[in-house]
Amino acid sequence: MDRIPILRMGEFLLVTLQVDMHDQLALRLQDDLTHMIQAKSAKGVLIDISALEMVDSFMGRMIGDISGMARILDARTVLVGMQPAVAITLVELGLSLPGVDTALNVERGVQLLKRALA
Amino acid sequence: MATVCSAGELPIKSQQDIVLGRQAVRRMAQQQGFSLVDQTKLVTAASELARNALTYGGGGELKWEMLVDGAKRGVRLVFEDHGPGIADIEQAMTDGWTSGHGLGLGLTGARRLVNEFELQSTVGVGTRVTIARWK
Amino acid sequence: MSDRVSISAILQRRRGQIQAEWMEQLATASSSKSGHVAREELRRQADDFLKVFNEALDSGRVTDISGAEWAEVRHFLEELSRQRVLAGFAADETAAFIFSLKKPLFEALKQEALGDPQRFAEDAWSATVLLDQLGLYTVKSSQRAREEVINRQQQELLELSTPVVKLWDGILALPMIGTLDSARTQIVMESLLQKIVDTESQIAILDITGVPTVDTLVAQHLLKTVTALRLMGAECIISGVRPQIAQTIVHLGVDLQGVITKASLADALALAMKRIGVSVTRE
Repeated sequence: MDRIPILRMGEFLLVTLQVDMHDQLALRLQDDLTHMIQAKSAKGVLIDISALEMVDSFMGRMIGDISGMARILDARTVLVGMQPAVAITLVELGLSLPGVDTALNVERGVQLLKRALA
Repeated sequence: MATVCSAGELPIKSQQDIVLGRQAVRRMAQQQGFSLVDQTKLVTAASELARNALTYGGGGELKWEMLVDGAKRGVRLVFEDHGPGIADIEQAMTDGWTSGHGLGLGLTGARRLVNEFELQSTVGVGTRVTIARWK
Repeated sequence: MSDRVSISAILQRRRGQIQAEWMEQLATASSSKSGHVAREELRRQADDFLKVFNEALDSGRVTDISGAEWAEVRHFLEELSRQRVLAGFAADETAAFIFSLKKPLFEALKQEALGDPQRFAEDAWSATVLLDQLGLYTVKSSQRAREEVINRQQQELLELSTPVVKLWDGILALPMIGTLDSARTQIVMESLLQKIVDTESQIAILDITGVPTVDTLVAQHLLKTVTALRLMGAECIISGVRPQIAQTIVHLGVDLQGVITKASLADALALAMKRIGVSVTRE
């Protein structure tokens, strides 16, 4: 089955979510990511959702889980690129994703991580 | 009185079905002229309910209708499964029930995103959730 | 049934005559008060109507226009109403389109009845019932069309009254004026969030100086906006907080979730600039 590619950006990792995720894919991503954080001693993870036109509670939970796992492995997670319609819908849905940092785009996300780790 | 312009049925038997179902609902919402935010709300609600039907209901069907009522255009979706059913509907509808996981959040969340929401469930028989969103 | 054969057949036989007389009636009615319809367009509309009207009559159901056989006719009347509303016609003026068909139709029925008052009475009654229903449907459609126009205008007004202003590179301000209800909040959120994306701004200042009261609902709406902003990676500062509002917020037990509040827009701007690393010096 497919895997979601994880790119390395210096001391950070970048994951771009583009497809409609399902259970297996999500679990595989969490597995790959946690292993890679450890293998590369990554200090930060950027999750780019600018291509997602919808985020439901399953996705929200998955993002929250990734953030939690990363934190335990001493890495910080930043969620970037949420579309306005998705943000409005998530708020209405009652999901505010506490504990997950956010940034407008990858560039800002990297700035945020660098500041936090300085 | 609302008239049905077109209707159909889609299976919810696999993860792939959920993906296809979402895409179909997105198209319907676009066809009815919903704004981007309203489209997203309906698709997200559909995603929640489809996942519920698959994960907790063991699979089922999505029956859809595109409606017209005078100047208003709408989409009605019925998610039906033949699973265990919900014993205590009221509890299922309370946010805190599953503390952010599973059935509870999906149902209450979906309800907030649509204009019409109806839930019927019989233990041992199945669950039917009907939602509708209007432009 | 005798109704069906009568009216539909008569309409077909005397189409030209009925249409001509109807046009006479329409011409006088259509350019009187508020709007005006060109004669050629009127002729086309009369023609189209008679066509779908005849088809519906052929179906047999002539006493109830809510069935599927009359769908085309209903659709025609809805379209007509929409056009007339936009052209400035009132509901009754548009309905005159249908009602002015009565006289020509009755005239034709009378001629076809061949001196049989009983037959004429039956036909006339059926025609009256039918045209009355269609006329009323037209009135209803016109009213609905007008509501649509008003709703659209209200929407546009709402959008105009919540302008998003760029105060600085990276700083947006939204002066909220008037009551904050859920419809307003939706519009506010949509335009503000889109502006954040378009300008790649980092901070949004919500100025509530012009919001008269802050109760639990208003606070909820504000919090929704704040949360949506945060999800997109932007920061939010609420300015224009008056002492009364501060009291209300605490009394209501509203949790502002760490959102910074400032009394004035100026203070908020100063803070925002500091946050994005801009300093202004006076010469």
